[in-house]
Amino acid sequence: MIQDDLVPQHRKLVSSYTLVDRIFRRVITTGGLFSLVILGLIGAFLLYRGFEIFSDFGFSFITGEVWNIGDPMDTSTAVLGIGAMLMGSVITSVIAIVIAVPCAIAVALFIEYYSPKRLRLILTAVLDLVAAIPSVIFGIWGYAVLLPIIEDWSVPLERWLDFIPIFSVPSGIFGRSPFLAGVLLALMVIPIVTSVAREVYSQAPRDLIDASYALGGTRWGAIRNVVIPFGRSGLVGGAMLGLGRALGETVAVYLTLNLVFDINFRILGSAGGNVASLIATKFGEATEYELKALMAAGLVLFLVTLLVNFMASFIVNRSRKIL
Amino acid sequence: MDTPNLETKEVINSNIQMEPTVMNDTTRRNADNLEAKGESGLETRGVHAWFDKHHALADVSLHFPENTVTGLIGPSGCGKSTFLRLLNRMHEFIPKAAMAGQVLFEGNDIYADDVNAIDMRRRIGMVFQKPNPFPAMNIGENVVAGLKLSKIKSDNKDEVIEDCLTRAGLWNEVKDRLKSPGGSLSGGQQQRLCIARSLALKPDVLLLDEPCSALDPGSTLRVEETIVQLSESMTIVIVTHNMQQAARVSDYCAFFLSDGGPGHLVEADLTTSIFSNPKDTRTADYVQGRFG
Amino acid sequence: MTTILDAVEVPTPKRPWNKKRQTFIRSAILMSISLVFSWLLSSTTELGGVLGFYLGLAVCLPVVVLIESIRHGRNVAIDRVASSVILAMFGVVVIPWISIVTTVYQKGSKAFYWGYLTTDMRFTASGESLEFGGALHAIVGTLVMVLIASLISVPLGITAAIYIVEIKGRFASSVRFFTQAMSGVPSIVAGLFIYSTICIFFGGFSAWAGALAYTILMLPTVARTSEEVLKLVPDELRAASYALGASQARTVFQVVLPTIATGLVTSAILGIARVAGETAPLLLTASYFVATSRNLNEPIASLPIYIFSNLGLGDANATTRAWGGSLVLLIVVFVLFSVARGLSARLSRK
Repeated sequence: MIQDDLVPQHRKLVSSYTLVDRIFRRVITTGGLFSLVILGLIGAFLLYRGFEIFSDFGFSFITGEVWNIGDPMDTSTAVLGIGAMLMGSVITSVIAIVIAVPCAIAVALFIEYYSPKRLRLILTAVLDLVAAIPSVIFGIWGYAVLLPIIEDWSVPLERWLDFIPIFSVPSGIFGRSPFLAGVLLALMVIPIVTSVAREVYSQAPRDLIDASYALGGTRWGAIRNVVIPFGRSGLVGGAMLGLGRALGETVAVYLTLNLVFDINFRILGSAGGNVASLIATKFGEATEYELKALMAAGLVLFLVTLLVNFMASFIVNRSRKIL
Repeated sequence: MDTPNLETKEVINSNIQMEPTVMNDTTRRNADNLEAKGESGLETRGVHAWFDKHHALADVSLHFPENTVTGLIGPSGCGKSTFLRLLNRMHEFIPKAAMAGQVLFEGNDIYADDVNAIDMRRRIGMVFQKPNPFPAMNIGENVVAGLKLSKIKSDNKDEVIEDCLTRAGLWNEVKDRLKSPGGSLSGGQQQRLCIARSLALKPDVLLLDEPCSALDPGSTLRVEETIVQLSESMTIVIVTHNMQQAARVSDYCAFFLSDGGPGHLVEADLTTSIFSNPKDTRTADYVQGRFG
Repeated sequence: MTTILDAVEVPTPKRPWNKKRQTFIRSAILMSISLVFSWLLSSTTELGGVLGFYLGLAVCLPVVVLIESIRHGRNVAIDRVASSVILAMFGVVVIPWISIVTTVYQKGSKAFYWGYLTTDMRFTASGESLEFGGALHAIVGTLVMVLIASLISVPLGITAAIYIVEIKGRFASSVRFFTQAMSGVPSIVAGLFIYSTICIFFGGFSAWAGALAYTILMLPTVARTSEEVLKLVPDELRAASYALGASQARTVFQVVLPTIATGLVTSAILGIARVAGETAPLLLTASYFVATSRNLNEPIASLPIYIFSNLGLGDANATTRAWGGSLVLLIVVFVLFSVARGLSARLSRK
């Protein structure tokens, strides 16, 4: 051991920058902080525009199920609440995630562990392409192709499963239901979740997989034993990313979901809610006061998705660090 | 530190200029065994290995008699690890790998069409260079992981755990913390845990791929002691870089070398012969540390 | 030098572990049995149709595989059933993707005639015959807004990436974190934000507003991909530049950025592909205009809104036009992505 007094004092290493570099660093820093500023501005402006709504309705704006502007000349007659829409967003997104996550696991495993190298490269590229298909195209396809199929299916499903409350449809009207929107959202979200899952699965330690095989494990044994536990937290992060995307989706849901201002868990019926679609639907003919309410709804949506995305990037980053 | 139990084997120093040591167990150390073709043990006939176009290993014929330890020695890149992985069909997990020749286990070619590689690997266990206990499992679960992977039901898991850990020489160190994760052990303990994990499947053959290269000298001795004890009841093949280790633990040695082309077998014999009077000058140069 | 190969006859390399022909035949038989079963299921029960057929297949295949493989023991049976489930789920996921592309192609190509890409809807009502009008205004509008958005967001995104990778400033990790979070901002919220600022202050919808909404959505994509590309530059290169007495500014602009120019182009293209199909923000900012626009202060058309508004009309010809627009949009996005992929493949080869 070296005695303490023998260790010389540390000299500080200070980089001194020339004038040019100081200006350069200042400019870049300003530019780099721009995204922070924009995020702040989005929150601030939506709050500023929607503040009146929050002060008029308070918490009942979040929980209320009625959207009635009353007399356009008299804002005090308006009753505005996005409870049904918020709940609807959550329901469609949950349906999407429940369908998407198992599918994404299967597709990711197929790409990484079941397909030959050439097919794997092709599928990875296809995954990127599908993730880039614009939501309006998902929407038009969902409306034209998926809607009739799901409608046909909803009738017998309802008949067989109507003892389970969420599957019963007393109104007997199927069609543009939360289930349809959820399935469509699942298809949109699967490429996102799959590419995160594929990435973490591909990094599963080779030596542990080898150990599984050497112990007489099958391919599925190795996957079950090593790959899936290894990828768990990455998968959770990917699912959260997908959830954020599903919560904020507008057009695809707009085209495939009937907005009804009523909290409703009957997922097969043609009635549901969605905050983003509400904004798109009401925006065109909104009165000035209603517009403020839409801004407030946008703020709520912004905060919810931001929270989900924070959690997602936190989890994904943590799982990357472990690797 | 316990001194390793090496009663039946002679410790031979690196600088070997001595006569072959007298064997205690002459029946096990019959030099003819290496050429013996029998229904017992593990045998290779004219084995080659390729990685894509690269010819990594050429024409290796060896016999591993039952209940002996065979050391595979040679410089890096001579194909000895590749050879080891051929013995329980781990070679095929490397993309574009190929092979030729036969590997006979109890007289049957393990590469034959009707052989179930998964069942076969249960009988020919393997321990890797880097200790690799499953991180998601605790010590006890790690030991019986092979049973779980093979869907083998076991009524007396606790007995299996105790028995395997005892045989791997780890029981006394971990018996009070079977529930703690496998990763919490030291490197040497982890490697013995991996050996215990292989033992749970009651293999007839145990392949060890440089099991001590990542360990400190103390742990190395403990693992070597375990290997010697296990050889009472199973056939062991060990790849090692360490001459002294080969001398300490093995009954037979096989020297591999790559002279620019694919790796191949130069000489295989009793360990004592390899170290004291090798037939090939290259073997002599290698065991005396002139290259490699 | 003589090698062992001079003494030994080299046999042909074999892969005895590769799947045998009978394995393929067995799989094919199992697959056809499952196909028959699921066809029977979908044609006799109410849960029929295309969806019924594929879902039926996804159920039948594992069951058939289970029955066939149970004789090999639990371990093998579980492995084979797991493989079949994974294959079946993969199929269930991929079929809608194929359906999207083929449907858009089939329905969209009906809207095409020699003038579809060169005429706008100035003199044509949406319900009119498909021999008139086109999507020129929408294509031009999308191009204009994407161009403006790129001019703003590409420099800003690269700046953010330089801040994170080169300057490594105090806020580097928070900039990275918030950029990531920003990529999750719902596009309609970006639209609302621009509406609540630009549109309200400057009076109504405009191409500028649409471009700014695009900017917000493009920025995180550009920043993140640029960051990944910047990280590819080896530190030795920077060290070499500093060792020659170059300033940091010079090092970045004359050494680092030129090395990864392709990567930066890729990041810009990915950003464009990300926003080119965005609909929701444009509803609130750029709106729609039937003629090819030259005035950036006026509402402007775009492909997504062209699709969206034609779809809303309910008329058969208008719907076909919407599919036509979808086909154009899909091709644009796919081409952009393929170019980006080609470029990044070239970069990683370097």
